[in-house]
Amino acid sequence: MRQLLLIAALGFVSLVTPAYGKASHYEAVVAEPYLELHTGPGRGFPVFHVVDRGQQIQILKRRTDWFKVRTDRDVEGWVKLAEIEQTLDTAGKPIELDDPTADDYMGRRWELALALGDLDGASVISVNGAYRWTRNISTELQFADISGTFSDGWLTTIAITIQPFPEWKVSPYAALGTGMIHVQPKATLVSTEDRTDQIGQVGLGLRMYLSKRFLLRAEYNSYLTFTSRDDNEELDEWKAGFAFFF
Amino acid sequence: MESRLRLLLLMVLAATMSACSVFGRDKPPMEDANASAPVISPEVERREIKRPKIDTENFEVGAFAGLLSVEDFGSTTVYGLRGRYHITEGLFAEGTYATSSALGLTSAEVLAGFDLLGSDRKYEYYDVSVGYNLLPGETFIGRNWAFNSALYVIAGAGQTSLGVDDYFTMTFGAGYQVLATDWLALDFGVRDHLFDLEFTSGEKKSTHNIELTMGINFFF
Repeated sequence: MRQLLLIAALGFVSLVTPAYGKASHYEAVVAEPYLELHTGPGRGFPVFHVVDRGQQIQILKRRTDWFKVRTDRDVEGWVKLAEIEQTLDTAGKPIELDDPTADDYMGRRWELALALGDLDGASVISVNGAYRWTRNISTELQFADISGTFSDGWLTTIAITIQPFPEWKVSPYAALGTGMIHVQPKATLVSTEDRTDQIGQVGLGLRMYLSKRFLLRAEYNSYLTFTSRDDNEELDEWKAGFAFFF
Repeated sequence: MESRLRLLLLMVLAATMSACSVFGRDKPPMEDANASAPVISPEVERREIKRPKIDTENFEVGAFAGLLSVEDFGSTTVYGLRGRYHITEGLFAEGTYATSSALGLTSAEVLAGFDLLGSDRKYEYYDVSVGYNLLPGETFIGRNWAFNSALYVIAGAGQTSLGVDDYFTMTFGAGYQVLATDWLALDFGVRDHLFDLEFTSGEKKSTHNIELTMGINFFF
């Protein structure tokens, strides 16, 4: 295992390092009276250098809303988004940077969500990937890990969701899907058999756009388990979490 | 006489105006020059300016190793992998997977000679957390060295596999990250993994499992 980790780490280093050999960088010209350079990408890092108007800078990389720049005199420092947006590109136009807003949220294609909740008394952690076909319709793939007092298990579903009012700040959606559930009773119980059954899913949820690429989600799902026994089982799930969009 | 004078004045005016217009023709304003330019249509195609993409480094991955104290089962070494996505300069999401070396025996196991966990004497967990860089700043080593660093707090949830069973686990912790370069960081962390352990007797017990780790993370 340790060797494997080492190999993975070395492989990663070799992947990362060539990125620093790249010569071409985004060039910009300071248009405001001055541009402040911080020692690090965050609010806690002090200003240590100032670039005057008219000087050229190279934008090396970006971390969240901070940009690492290099000046004519080879000084490197970090500049925040609000200030780098005031610079001009070499053609004299304001530079264009990726700053995701509510508009990008409305036009999103992919979404990845993480949620935590309760499935009929058991704890559930789920990962959910969605692809949006139109403004209103998406397909969602879910994988959930279930952990209860009497049993553990997993759940996986594929669903079609419909969001009738995507422009609302808090926007409802409905889901209809199908999948599989696996239940494995705990070893502390008198052993019963593991079961894997097909399930049907009906759900209702709410999406709320926060900022950047970030949104909140909360949902209720009702699962109907089609068992081979005499009666079908119904499970209620409540969960909430956050999601990113791409 | 008066009309002759008026005529003379008019002639002078006309002469100066025409002189002005001639003068104006000699030095046309800038707009005129541009307007006459398209007479020769330019054969040069407009160049597509392709701007280099700005490399974003919002992801962080790393490996760590450390000590894990498993309640009742003693301390053991733990090692794992960690991935982070930085949402803002303060907020990040983290996913962790780790596994331990063989666990020790509980006193009950030693005294009564039975086995609580069976053959799988391992503590294995994964969790998903949200962290916040509480104190971003610099760490000074001597007079000449300053490293960017951050103290973060983190909370999350996941599953722990102890023996054959899985347990829903809450995780709380804090960590200290020192960046050696912009893309390489040392991470020192403390986590408390909380879950309800259930014994064969059916008795439930809330356990705290403290973990101390040190890791190396890469930003990309």
